[in-house]
Amino acid sequence: MSSSVRLVTASEDQPENGTILPKAEIIPYPGARPAAAERSARLDISPLLERLRNVALTILPTLLMLFALLMVWEILCSGEDATFPAPSKVWTESHEVIMHPLKGVEIDGLGFKIQDGGDVGIAGHILTSLARVAFGFSLSALFGIALGILIGTSRFAYRALDPLFQILRTVPPLAWLPISLAIFQQAQPSAIFLIFITAIWPVILNTAAGVQNIPMTYRNVAKVLSLNPVEYFLKIMLPATVPHMFTGLRIGIGMSWLAIVAAEMVQGGTGIGFFIWDSYNSSLLTDTIVALVWIGLIGFSLDRIVGWIGRRVARQA
Amino acid sequence: MKQRSYLALEGIGVTFPTPKGPFTAIRDIDLSIDKGEFVALIGHSGCGKSTLLNIIAGLTKPSRGVVFLDGDVVDKPGTDRAVIFQDHSLLPWLTVEENVRLAVDKVMTGKPRAERRDWVMHNLELVQMAHSAAKRPAELSGGMKQRVGIARAIAMSPRVLLMDEPFGALDALTRASLQDAVMAIQAQLNNTVVMITHDVDEAVLLADRVMMMTNGPAATIGEDLAIKLPRPRNRIEMADTPDYNHARHEILHFLHQRFSNPTDKAA
Repeated sequence: MSSSVRLVTASEDQPENGTILPKAEIIPYPGARPAAAERSARLDISPLLERLRNVALTILPTLLMLFALLMVWEILCSGEDATFPAPSKVWTESHEVIMHPLKGVEIDGLGFKIQDGGDVGIAGHILTSLARVAFGFSLSALFGIALGILIGTSRFAYRALDPLFQILRTVPPLAWLPISLAIFQQAQPSAIFLIFITAIWPVILNTAAGVQNIPMTYRNVAKVLSLNPVEYFLKIMLPATVPHMFTGLRIGIGMSWLAIVAAEMVQGGTGIGFFIWDSYNSSLLTDTIVALVWIGLIGFSLDRIVGWIGRRVARQA
Repeated sequence: MKQRSYLALEGIGVTFPTPKGPFTAIRDIDLSIDKGEFVALIGHSGCGKSTLLNIIAGLTKPSRGVVFLDGDVVDKPGTDRAVIFQDHSLLPWLTVEENVRLAVDKVMTGKPRAERRDWVMHNLELVQMAHSAAKRPAELSGGMKQRVGIARAIAMSPRVLLMDEPFGALDALTRASLQDAVMAIQAQLNNTVVMITHDVDEAVLLADRVMMMTNGPAATIGEDLAIKLPRPRNRIEMADTPDYNHARHEILHFLHQRFSNPTDKAA
């Protein structure tokens, strides 16, 4: 079995020689004892219980922090002359908004329908906004990835377009609104254009960076295998760039959610942005707070959903 | 006209333009390799041995000279010259089987699907990796990844197999087991191989001929040593034979006395 080698200086063996020769000697080492038997005793906790424990440990700090924040908020805003409503006041005054988010919305197997003009619950506004984001963001994903691949592949296109993109991407979403309104004249298409123009830049730039940073080794493999341009695109470039693309898409979806709220606040009509503007004009500050919570949760979910899809696609590609 | 060898490099040289004037990396390289011969190129870092391999692969264009393979001029990469890269270069989004299949699909166009599949598995069996066919490279150890890299290259049934320091990134024990695997495969397939290495024992163990390169800039082949050890070779039995030690001594002498490491000199 195992052995250990010990170097022995054999000085006593050859004292008259003057030189000390190292001599290797192999000493048998006691065979390794099976450790499995000792270890098995500790594996009694069921895997389900173990998982529950881990989930609790992850969520608990968040819940505690949330509770503490609500308490502090409640205490700070509980005075008679407080300008800002405490959580308990939000609960009582906006009870209708909180408890009946789906008012005026009909959901059937295929989709949803929102009552025209009438009194619509907050979920109805959110759904309207989400539909706009879905449309505008799909356009920016489509064009963004195509343009990103173009400037990532062609040095000429990169030099021609990159400076322009770098400048345009710094323009704030709201600054596009007058231009968008002037072009489209109507609220719906100009809101969608606003989302498109806000979300496209991170998609373009991240896709381009992904294409430009395809490792040399993958390109050498493609050359040695004599892949043609189509095969190179499908089998090397796309899969190698997917993680970068989704980084861009994830930033893009976040930015489009920011843009939609701003656009709807100014334009009015429908959507969560309009809901906030409307509640502000009606001095219903508690409604605004409820809307903020919804916006935050939806924005967070969108980010997570795109991130999740990205991981799935990257694994499959 | 004289008869050319199977793989012939004639007067190869590479010169780069630099701000300080032209820089000659390698020069005057003439090399004749017969079919089925295993040639090792050994030299210090920066002597241009990788450049030479890339020229044979068609990845780099020489400034002067021509490479002939079986009478044809080599001027671009092709599936008849498979490369085993030092960093294995497997595509991380494909499974082991798909990585090899990518190469097989390119060289066996027109063959039925089942036949291509069998060929992939046959080559994975040659490198003893058939059991991991469904795994992704990230799930494999360095030695296993390089086994798959070897399978991908030999599955292309190339006319020349090029190895760019194939075991350089592996630990000594893993390297030994891969060297044994390469010898076993070579005994079966008898490929024409050009291997770059900086490991003297590896060169002597695997090669029929060891080409020693002088130091750069303007490096060239300094000596051509035939290794006349009988095959199959066994690393343990060979270690004590006079022929092995003689070959080893010749290379060590070349690398450490006649052309010692350029960075040592500078220090």
